[in-house]
Amino acid sequence: MRYESGDEQVSGNADGRTCIAVATCSTTEGTTNTSDSKRDAALSQARPTTSNLTVGNRWDHVLARLGINRSGHQVETGLYALGNPTAESPVFVSANYTLSFDELRSALAGNDGYILVLDTEGINVWCAAGKGTFGTDELVHRTESTRLREVVRHRVVILPQLGAPGVAAHEAKKRTGFEVEYGPVRAADLPEYLKTHQATPEMRRVRFGLRDRTVLVPVEVVHVLLPIAVIAGVIAILSMWLPRVDVDYLFLFGLVASVMAGVALFPMLLPWLPTRDFSSKGFILGALVALPFAVTAFQGDGSAAWWLRAGGALPHLLIWPPVTAFLALNFTGSTTFTSRSGVRREIFTYVPIMAWMSGIGVLLGIALFLIILVGGF
Amino acid sequence: MAAASTLNTLQYRPELCVGCGMCSVVCPHGVFANDTGDVAQLVSPGACMECGACQLNCPTDAIMVDSGVGCAAAMIAAALTGKQEVSCGT
Repeated sequence: MRYESGDEQVSGNADGRTCIAVATCSTTEGTTNTSDSKRDAALSQARPTTSNLTVGNRWDHVLARLGINRSGHQVETGLYALGNPTAESPVFVSANYTLSFDELRSALAGNDGYILVLDTEGINVWCAAGKGTFGTDELVHRTESTRLREVVRHRVVILPQLGAPGVAAHEAKKRTGFEVEYGPVRAADLPEYLKTHQATPEMRRVRFGLRDRTVLVPVEVVHVLLPIAVIAGVIAILSMWLPRVDVDYLFLFGLVASVMAGVALFPMLLPWLPTRDFSSKGFILGALVALPFAVTAFQGDGSAAWWLRAGGALPHLLIWPPVTAFLALNFTGSTTFTSRSGVRREIFTYVPIMAWMSGIGVLLGIALFLIILVGGF
Repeated sequence: MAAASTLNTLQYRPELCVGCGMCSVVCPHGVFANDTGDVAQLVSPGACMECGACQLNCPTDAIMVDSGVGCAAAMIAAALTGKQEVSCGT
């Protein structure tokens, strides 16, 4: 490796920190030499990395943001040497998800250090911490398997703050000897943080601004493509028996519009939609989207009986708002602030309304379909 | 109202607090403050999202929260498949 042992040894001995290394190894003469050769051995296991993102990395990020090959965006677990680190360089802990690891190493441009990648099965730090895979046990295991104690002389590991739901700092210290220091929420704040090792309140807060919400839209859209295609196929097959093709098209467009409102418009408009529950916001957005379809259906065939025209308009008003509202409710899992208790309350309050409304709407639609089919309207 | 973002199970017992300040460090929503350096203060309990970071990092068990993911899709999927454990997709 690029580690220059001679210089380190001298400066290390002059430094107060060396006593930690001595205490943990042995107190006999020649300790430094032994620990140096041990260090070289341990360090030879570390993979070299840089702060540069290649075109390949960026393409991988695009695919990850689209939800393509969702669990395939992984980096090898273990220890990485970023730049030209010494025995005193800081250790940063990350997840084996390419977006997490790449965000960290590119934010550290110009810094030398180590990155300890935990096995989170290709999941980002926060979600993995919630599941416990970015956790105390894995941190302990990984510090041991990479022989981190021999690689660095200090006893501090810097974790992303959002790893805290999985890691008990006091327990990790007891089991590894390493003090857990929680860095800022965002890797981009690391250069500023490293000047003082104190995070400002702003660095400690998670954000969910327009940009943060918008990057989530592509993956949400990709997730609904298959269900939409299936339903569109069913509508297309039904239309073979139906004399009024425009009715089907209206339903097809209504479906696409209400689903897109739920997965694309809703995330972006979230803070500006009236009322405070996700489902009620979704109902309002869905109703706005459904209205033009209902009006078009009502005006559709002016010569038809009024009850038939109203019957054609009503399913749009009954089906689409719950569709948008349900997708809005599902977006709770992507946000940074909803609690489990709160989401459970919302599910019990709103899902029955969604089910009743859409159920009645579908039955009405089927009845209308049969009436047109049998009556030949 | 606003159940999804304000309802939570957070409980704090200040008499057990040793003032280490970890809860205010780990909380991503500024629920705790430790300005005095004495004991932590619960400054905005409504902002808690039940991530569980404070409870796990409290060395004296002064904080209790029924933590879990605030994700409707995961909870509905768990209810439909009869699974006890609720977590995000793979």
